[in-house]
Amino acid sequence: MDDKGDDDSKKVDEKKRRFLTAATTVVGGIGVVGAATPFVASWMPSAKAQAAGAPVKVDLSKLEPGQRITVDWRGKPVWIIRRTQEALSKLDEAKDKLRDPHSKASLQPDYTQNKHRSIKPEYLVLVGLCTHLGCVPTYQPNLGELGPDWKGGFFCPCHGSTFDLAGRVFEGVPAPINLEVPPYRFIDDNTLVVGEHHETEKA
Amino acid sequence: MEKLLGWIDDRFPLSKMFKEHLSEYYAPKNFNFWYFFGSLAILVLVNQLVTGIWLAMFYTPSAAGAFSSVEYIMRDVHYGWVLRYLHSTGASFFFIVIYLHMFRALLYGSYKKPRELLWIFGMCLFVLLMAEAFMGYLLPWGQMSYWGAQVIISLFGAIPKVGPHLVEFLRGDYTVSGATLNRFYALHVIAIPLMMLFMVLIHILALHHVGSNNPDGVEIKKNKGADGKPVDGIPFHPYYTVKDIFGVAVFLFIFCFVVFFKPEMGGYFLEHANFLPANPLSTPAHIAPVWYFTPFYAMLRAVPNKLAGVLIMGAAIVVMFFLPWLDKSPVKSIRYRGYATKVMLALFTISFLILAYLGAESVTPGRTIAARICTLMYFAFFLLMPIYTKLEKTKPEPTRVTS
Repeated sequence: MDDKGDDDSKKVDEKKRRFLTAATTVVGGIGVVGAATPFVASWMPSAKAQAAGAPVKVDLSKLEPGQRITVDWRGKPVWIIRRTQEALSKLDEAKDKLRDPHSKASLQPDYTQNKHRSIKPEYLVLVGLCTHLGCVPTYQPNLGELGPDWKGGFFCPCHGSTFDLAGRVFEGVPAPINLEVPPYRFIDDNTLVVGEHHETEKA
Repeated sequence: MEKLLGWIDDRFPLSKMFKEHLSEYYAPKNFNFWYFFGSLAILVLVNQLVTGIWLAMFYTPSAAGAFSSVEYIMRDVHYGWVLRYLHSTGASFFFIVIYLHMFRALLYGSYKKPRELLWIFGMCLFVLLMAEAFMGYLLPWGQMSYWGAQVIISLFGAIPKVGPHLVEFLRGDYTVSGATLNRFYALHVIAIPLMMLFMVLIHILALHHVGSNNPDGVEIKKNKGADGKPVDGIPFHPYYTVKDIFGVAVFLFIFCFVVFFKPEMGGYFLEHANFLPANPLSTPAHIAPVWYFTPFYAMLRAVPNKLAGVLIMGAAIVVMFFLPWLDKSPVKSIRYRGYATKVMLALFTISFLILAYLGAESVTPGRTIAARICTLMYFAFFLLMPIYTKLEKTKPEPTRVTS
């Protein structure tokens, strides 16, 4: 701009102009956030998806020791495994090779944060998704199935993470924490409900 | 005809644009084989857009209908199989073409000043292409589609604190579900293609502003004749349009061979497990991404820590954006660089290919070690670049391009 332009600008109320610019920016910004809300919020799980997370009842009467059943809870595979006495007795043996043997950093309801990671030692209930990147690990219950030291557990085919028969992750694999235990409770000796909390707690 | 053109030119700069970008855009006269891939990338992009629009006419974007609608396209729609194979083979060829296009930039220093922004726009296109390919791969709703998406979305779960919420937000459900499929469909067919077209436009505008590099890395604009035109330049049209048509013919020959005889390419272009419908309760015994993602996937698997693995994989892409500033060499082209750059580029290329192989195979302790060495090599190429490009002895660049 030439000199004449400078003269003109002296007559301009700069303070007012700054105020108007700032006010427009702020109000406009709030408008943008408001307008963006439906676009962003629509990506959250819908009411229908949230409602689909209903509890699942499981009949255990036909489950033999060593066997596993898989049920669908919230679209995730949930395993119920009836562990053998032999498997339970071996849970302590490889403790020093586990990343989180006492499940301190792992996800489970308080009532399953124990040695067996379960309400009843015999029945193990786990969300069957690897804590690394969400693949479904395979069930490898037999001794020596994956090498001479293998005492039974789970193996993730995607990136090779291994877990023991309480779903506890071993050292040196990509999965950071133990397999998740979902909330569950027993209605009677042979019936279990996945998705509802044990005893006093509510789902 | 001339009257019509005059009428248009008075209202829209048609002739001006044609001159600026084609008949009077001067490109170096010494382009070689490596300079085919820019125009080929446009060809593949057009193929993907056209076949994609037609596939969208027959495809059903829902968890219940997706898999069977792809079978419907393959079996019942007239020539549906050729539309789909053109699209799926096109995806793989897009990456082949782009990887070669990027390798050309590495060879001849095409990212160096004044082409830093050109390189960055290109890198943005590469990232968009990866997102586009990843989302497209979910749509057939096969086993590999499903578990591939599950693994890649879960990568965001490694981010401390917000990770698990972010994953739920991206999926729109507690697992990968129909909600995920629908949003990926919308992004795949409209959002990302729009962004890609825009980026292609500014990539080309940036190129035509700074001018093309060439195998000698000499700036032809520095040497202009009396008419103000670069003495080592020739008009893009007709010289390079004709040359590129030859490249297109050879490319289409190879492309069509794959489309008609090897559309699955032994499980590398279309994976066998994807011929089973998605099953959220069971992961296939061996899962691997499509070949173009395997180098990065191998890096992810090489790290025995979730967050670190994700960071390494992300860094492998991000580090490429900084290439123009990592390279301290006074010369651009590999022809005039020293041994260090040549050796490092060779090692980088070899480790990238080995990683691509490893990422498609299952994990064994030996392969994990190999992947770790190659990952180190990959990063050494970039991170040591400021040192070896500065220390090495380069040859003098010629003043004119060589023939």
